[in-house]
Amino acid sequence: MPKWAIAILKTAVHLACLLPVAWLVWGAYKNTLGPDPTHTVTFFTGRGTLRLLAITLAISPIRKLFPKRLGWLIRFRRLVGLYAFFYACLHLLTYVWLYAGFNVQYMVADISKRKFITAGLTAWLLLLPLAVTSTSWWIRKMGGKRWNRLHMLVYVAAIAGLVHYWWGVKPGVWRPLDITLIIGGILLARPLIAVWKRREAPVVVKIGG
Amino acid sequence: MKTRNSRISPSEITPREIFMNRRKFMVGAAAAGVGLAAAGSVLGAFGPEKKVMAANTLQTVPSQWNGKGLQETSFYDITHYNNFYEFGTSKSDPSKYAWKLKTEPWTVEVDGLVHKKKTFDMDALMKLSPLEDRVYRFRCVEAWAMVIPWVGYSLSKLIDAVQPLSSARYVEFVSVDRPSQEPGIMNVSIPWPYREGLRMDEAMHPLTLLTVGLYGQVLPNQDGAPVRIVVPWKYGFKSPKSIVKIRFVKNQPQTTWSLIAPSEYGFYSNVNPNVDRVQWSQKTQRVIGAPIWKQLEPTLMFNGYGDQVASLYKGMNLSRYY
Repeated sequence: MPKWAIAILKTAVHLACLLPVAWLVWGAYKNTLGPDPTHTVTFFTGRGTLRLLAITLAISPIRKLFPKRLGWLIRFRRLVGLYAFFYACLHLLTYVWLYAGFNVQYMVADISKRKFITAGLTAWLLLLPLAVTSTSWWIRKMGGKRWNRLHMLVYVAAIAGLVHYWWGVKPGVWRPLDITLIIGGILLARPLIAVWKRREAPVVVKIGG
Repeated sequence: MKTRNSRISPSEITPREIFMNRRKFMVGAAAAGVGLAAAGSVLGAFGPEKKVMAANTLQTVPSQWNGKGLQETSFYDITHYNNFYEFGTSKSDPSKYAWKLKTEPWTVEVDGLVHKKKTFDMDALMKLSPLEDRVYRFRCVEAWAMVIPWVGYSLSKLIDAVQPLSSARYVEFVSVDRPSQEPGIMNVSIPWPYREGLRMDEAMHPLTLLTVGLYGQVLPNQDGAPVRIVVPWKYGFKSPKSIVKIRFVKNQPQTTWSLIAPSEYGFYSNVNPNVDRVQWSQKTQRVIGAPIWKQLEPTLMFNGYGDQVASLYKGMNLSRYY
C-alpha cells in the first residue's frame, strides 16, 4: 500500500469517526436528537465505542487470514483503537455530566450499587492504560512482549463493555445482541485461525523439506 | 440512530390544529364508537379531513384533579417515545406498529369479586361518567418524565358501578394479547398478556384515571388505545395500556414486571427518589423534549402527588414495599 493511499485512508478514518460526533454536538445544540437527547447521546457513544472496538479487534485476525494482501491494516489499528477510547470517554462524560450532574456523591453511590455502571467503568479503566501506552515510545520502553501482554486487556475491556450493555438494558431487550455476536465472532476467530494455520503448517513443512 | 428535523419545540404546547393534521391514521379509531363527536349535521359542513378531526375530539368537563402550572410534553413526543413492549422494545416501535391493533370493537370484561359482573363496550365506558381533562406528570422507571394531558375519569366511578364485594382487596388489569396484531408479543422474555394490579384503596383514589384520550382526542394506539389506566404517582409500567379485563381479587395479583424481575420492580412501585433498589438511580429524572443541558431534574416523592396519596401508605416501610 503506497504512502499516499495510507494518508488518504487515514483521513477517511478521522472523518468517519469525527463527523458523527460533530453531528451529535450540533443535534444536541439544536435539540434534534429525539424526545430524550440524553438517551440518544448515551447509546450513540456507547454503541460507537463497541463498534470501534470490534473493528480494532478484527484487524489482527483479518491480517492473519490475508497476510500478503491486507498486512497494511496494522497501520490503522492504533488509530481506530484510540477512537474507540475517545468514544468511551464521551460516553463516560455523558454519564458524569448528563446523568450525575457532576455530583460526586451520586456517582460513588451509583458505581457501588449498580453493577452495570461498575462494569462500564471497569471497561473504561481497562482501556485507559492501553490508550496511554499506545505510542511507539512506550512500545520501545516496555519491550514488544510486555507491551503485547498488556494490550491483551483490550479483550477483557470489550467483554466488560458488552456485559455493561446487557446489564444496562431492561430484561427482554435484545438490542445488544448484534454487537455481542460480532465481537464474540471476532474473539472466536483468533483461536480458530490459529488451529487452521497449525493444520496447514505441516503441509508447508513437507514442501519445504 | 434516527433523527428528525421537523419536531415541535418542547417549550410550546402543541396547538390542536397541528397535531390533528397528523392524525389521519386515526380514522379507524375515530369510528370506534366514540360517540362524543359533534353532531353529524355539523360534520357535513366540513371537508373530509375535518370530519376526522371532529370525530376524534372528546367532549370534556373541567376537573378538580387537573394539574396546574405543568409544562405539557409535545404531542409528537408523547406519541413517538413509548414503552409498549407488545409492539417491540424500542421506544419508536409503538409509533411504527401500533396501528396494527384493531381497537374496534372493544370490550372490557369486569369480573371477580363484584356484585355486578359486566362486560362494557367502549360506548358504555365513555358514557359511564363525564370525561375530564387531567394534566398529569408521567414518570417512567427508566428515569424519564413527561407531562401528559390525559382525558378520562376516576376509575372509582367504574368500580362503584360494579359494586365490589367486601372481600375484594386488589384489582387486576389485563392488557390485550393478540400476537397477530402485536408483533412484540413474539418476545419470549415476557410472560404475556401484560398484567398489572393495584390495591383497592389505590384503585379507588380519585387520581387513578380510567383513560380514553390525550390532548382532547381519543387515545392514539401507541399510548394504549382505546382504554388504559393511569396512576400518576407510580412508575409508568403500573399504568397498563389497552386493557381488556378488570378483575377484583382477594390476594395481591401477580404483575408482569414483578414476574420478570421481582427484586427490581415491586408491586407498589411508587415514584420514590430514595428507593434505589432498581436498575437505575431514581434520584433524578430526565425531562422529555427539553434541551439536553436542561433535561436533568430531581425526582419528586410520589411524583409530586404526595399531598394526595401519601396517606395511603401511612406506616408502611416504603423501602421494603418498593
